[in-house]
Amino acid sequence: MLELREVTCIRGERTLFSDLSFSIEGSTVLRVGGANGTGKTSLLRIICGLMLPAHGEVHWQGESIRTVREEYWKDLVYVGHLNAVKDDLTAAENLGIGAALAGRSADSAEVFAALDMFGIAQCAPLPARVLSQGQRRRVALARVVTCKASPLWVLDEPFTALDAAAVELMRQLIEAHVNAGGSAILTTHQEVPLTVPVQRRVDLGTC
Amino acid sequence: MLRTLRVAIYRDLLLAMRRPADVLTALAFFVIVVSLFPLGVGPEPQLLRTIAPGVIWVSALLASMLSLPRMFAADHADGTLEQMLLSAAPLGGIVVAKVIAHWLVSGLPLVLMSPVLALQYDVEAHSLAALPLTLLLGTPTLGFIGAIGAALTLGLRSSGVLLSLLVLPLYVPVLILGAGAVDMVAAGMSAQGHYLLIAALLVLSAAFAPWAAAAALRISAE
Repeated sequence: MLELREVTCIRGERTLFSDLSFSIEGSTVLRVGGANGTGKTSLLRIICGLMLPAHGEVHWQGESIRTVREEYWKDLVYVGHLNAVKDDLTAAENLGIGAALAGRSADSAEVFAALDMFGIAQCAPLPARVLSQGQRRRVALARVVTCKASPLWVLDEPFTALDAAAVELMRQLIEAHVNAGGSAILTTHQEVPLTVPVQRRVDLGTC
Repeated sequence: MLRTLRVAIYRDLLLAMRRPADVLTALAFFVIVVSLFPLGVGPEPQLLRTIAPGVIWVSALLASMLSLPRMFAADHADGTLEQMLLSAAPLGGIVVAKVIAHWLVSGLPLVLMSPVLALQYDVEAHSLAALPLTLLLGTPTLGFIGAIGAALTLGLRSSGVLLSLLVLPLYVPVLILGAGAVDMVAAGMSAQGHYLLIAALLVLSAAFAPWAAAAALRISAE
């Protein structure tokens, strides 16, 4: 499904990783490991198409993501370091408008259900400004629930700033998604055990 | 696609409404600059009438440039822009929506206020009608051209200066035609040609600027 062909990433003068190739099929979790500054986030951004690799290509369903573009992004959910949560919008507006801007549709019932699942239903009418860091992260992650249909999840440090209950929920969501045939690519420093058919690992800084 | 466009406009208007100070700064700037000129230049009616179109147009241009850096900066800072870049809807469409929303809050008020402010310059009735018309045709062009500059300078440290340098030369034709049209009307001539040229600039910028700005955003977001 997703294939990286000899991808090289250079930031400034430094080569973060070179000639990285791998491919993942459905029902797979790919963990991207490595110390700080080894290019985990850069790799995820290259996979999403936010950043161009210095060399190499990323292919989705056999075609370069640079040619399929919107078709690829329809299949992709990305939760980055930045939460993409607007301070002046309420949690519910953030989720609903975010889904619409992403070209998907989420009605208010779906939005509320997603927030409820993350235990922040009571925050739905509050502006995101007053939410705590963990609650904002939950709003950002609730996006994966409103975009359930997308087969590829790319999550950058999904477990940071979350409490134990939310980590457990996120773990279950990823497992359910992958067991239903989707795939997930995630970076994490926490060893959260996942029970999924195929689990792979790429360690940066060693290649 | 149309739904995304509508939601994007709604979102930006909602954000502007929840944080009115940002919008009001540019409008207050416009009112202050336009009102200060008659005080500084002196109460000579003929002189005021002559400089009115130029002063009001330059003030409108500066006011719209003042609000330009805001077009994408907040979205860039909180990560919303990343999500827009990864949208299944075309990015050019989202840029159009942002320019429209930006114009509604920072361009349209200038158009509506201009006849009232022009009264301070003792402008005759027929050029009083021409002034908002030229601004109505011209300010959206400023927004479209400005979007390219705002996208290119996104995330740079001294973006303000660079943005002015990039955008001002492209603003000049709009300024000359806009102020020129009002002058023509004041002199009792037909400004048809000027109107058509300003409208042509609007069509041209609306057709090409969104794609240029979208490409610039992809580069800036890297």
